Amino acid sequence: MAVESTESIPGGSNAGGSNAVESKALEARVVDTGGRQLGSEFSGLDALDLAGRRSGRTRAARLWAGTWPKVLALALVVALWQVVVWSGWRPDYVLPGPRPVFTELGRLSTTSHLWSALGTTMRRALIGFAAAGVIGFLLGVASARIPPLRAAIGSMITALQTMPSIAWFPLAILLFKLSENAIFFVVILGAAPSIANGVMAGVDYVPPLLLRAGRNIGAKGIGLYRFVIAPASLPYIVAGLKQGWAFAWRSLMAGELLVSIANRPSLGFSLEASRQLNDAVGLLAYMIVILILGLLVDNVFGRVDHAVRVRWGITAKR
Amino acid sequence: MTSVLRKDVEAERSLDRSAVSVSGVSKVFGRGSTAVHALDNVSLDVAPGEFVCLVGASGCGKSTMLSLVAGLDEPTAGTIAVAGGANPALMFQEPALFPWLTVGGNVGLPLRLRKVPRQERAARVAELLGTVHLSEFGRRRPHELSGGMRQRVALARTLALDTPVLLMDEPFGALDAMTRDILHDEIERIWRERQLTVLFVTHNVREAARLGDRIVLLSSRPGRVVWERRVDVPRPRRIDSPEIAAIAAEVTDRLRQEVRRHGR
Repeated sequence: MAVESTESIPGGSNAGGSNAVESKALEARVVDTGGRQLGSEFSGLDALDLAGRRSGRTRAARLWAGTWPKVLALALVVALWQVVVWSGWRPDYVLPGPRPVFTELGRLSTTSHLWSALGTTMRRALIGFAAAGVIGFLLGVASARIPPLRAAIGSMITALQTMPSIAWFPLAILLFKLSENAIFFVVILGAAPSIANGVMAGVDYVPPLLLRAGRNIGAKGIGLYRFVIAPASLPYIVAGLKQGWAFAWRSLMAGELLVSIANRPSLGFSLEASRQLNDAVGLLAYMIVILILGLLVDNVFGRVDHAVRVRWGITAKR
Repeated sequence: MTSVLRKDVEAERSLDRSAVSVSGVSKVFGRGSTAVHALDNVSLDVAPGEFVCLVGASGCGKSTMLSLVAGLDEPTAGTIAVAGGANPALMFQEPALFPWLTVGGNVGLPLRLRKVPRQERAARVAELLGTVHLSEFGRRRPHELSGGMRQRVALARTLALDTPVLLMDEPFGALDAMTRDILHDEIERIWRERQLTVLFVTHNVREAARLGDRIVLLSSRPGRVVWERRVDVPRPRRIDSPEIAAIAAEVTDRLRQEVRRHGR
């Protein structure tokens, strides 16, 4: 198709005067340089270049390859747990085996208590993480644009990240009493620096060549941010969000253990309540819920991260 | 102020005859004793429709020159005028494609930035992809293509800017000889069909002889125009023809002379 257009442009309708003579001559040259050949040479070269780039594995094979190590790991952990229980290292009422715990988990999943605890925890996680996201994003953008602010905020972030989030709680409780705000305060302090860091790294590492190319094709001001800088920094921002989530989740769990608010059960609160009631089976069941939730959210971030990296050509498709 | 104005008028006037007019341009990076004089009083006129190849040893400011003409950088002294008003399209040694966009998205971005309506954009992108023989690859991502194909996408993207002047900074430097050879035919065809003016930077003297109407040699540190030569070999040309080889040899000799100057 492309070959035909090559030949039809110079010849065709352009009749009359010296123009026609010129275009005839041009046509002759174009055909000479291989108008017809060129197209097939290109498609030949492209076919050779692209040969063998696709992986031959089927979707099911890839799914299985991704799943079996996890299944195996889970089986190993449960087996190890059972062995420890069988060894009689601790009595049953302190360290129950997998079977009663999973039975209890099944029972809990039919109660409203578990679901409302789950809801409370997730709501806190989402609100805290969203607030951290907004604050981290604004901080990151501001300090990427304003150099003096950057120097100040940069070292502040490093300092904040070395501070274990649980160490903030006594102060948070003094400031906000035993309230959700104390939890949000620490969750935001834990997550926002990572997110700001991701944004800053993203803006920093936009390849200069892409900036030049963007400016050359006419992107300036806001357009340069929208069409070049923002998409170029997306992989770093996603990585920052992923790390920020990890901090937020840890801070939230610590917070729910320390800041117990009456009449509002959460996962952390239920965990602590089970311990106080010497309910080891319930305690382990809640731990499994927390673990599963953490894994699920982590998996979502992992998928987004991977999708972005594949799309950006940083990582190959799995 | 008046002198600047006068210079602009002069530049405008020189555009009557040329598509690119560089006059008395100098570029200094840094200050004081560490300052690097990348270009020193360079003047160069490129006629409309002309294909000029700029050659020189490393560090001669070839790329600096293109950045200045493209308006990505400001000259320390001198004036630059380019036909068509807007900054001319610039093609780099690397494709510099945006990995988050498809091939078609990359080619269409200059149009999008100019607010060309969607339908018209799609038609232009299809036409441009046809021009570089990549019609079937519009939905692929840049990283799925080979180096030569990516460079053709980059070419289509620069053509989407619709500037009469095309600047090329060693665009085929990173490609294998076979691909480069075919791309020479390709760029020659597009240059003729679209009646472009091309300023092409390369360190490959054969490439310069194969493509250029004129070869301009820049000296190194500071960059100055020291020599130039017309290439009167009729087109179509072959890079391995004796005429091209002879001209390439001549340019190489002149280039070596230039390099020796730095030996002492």
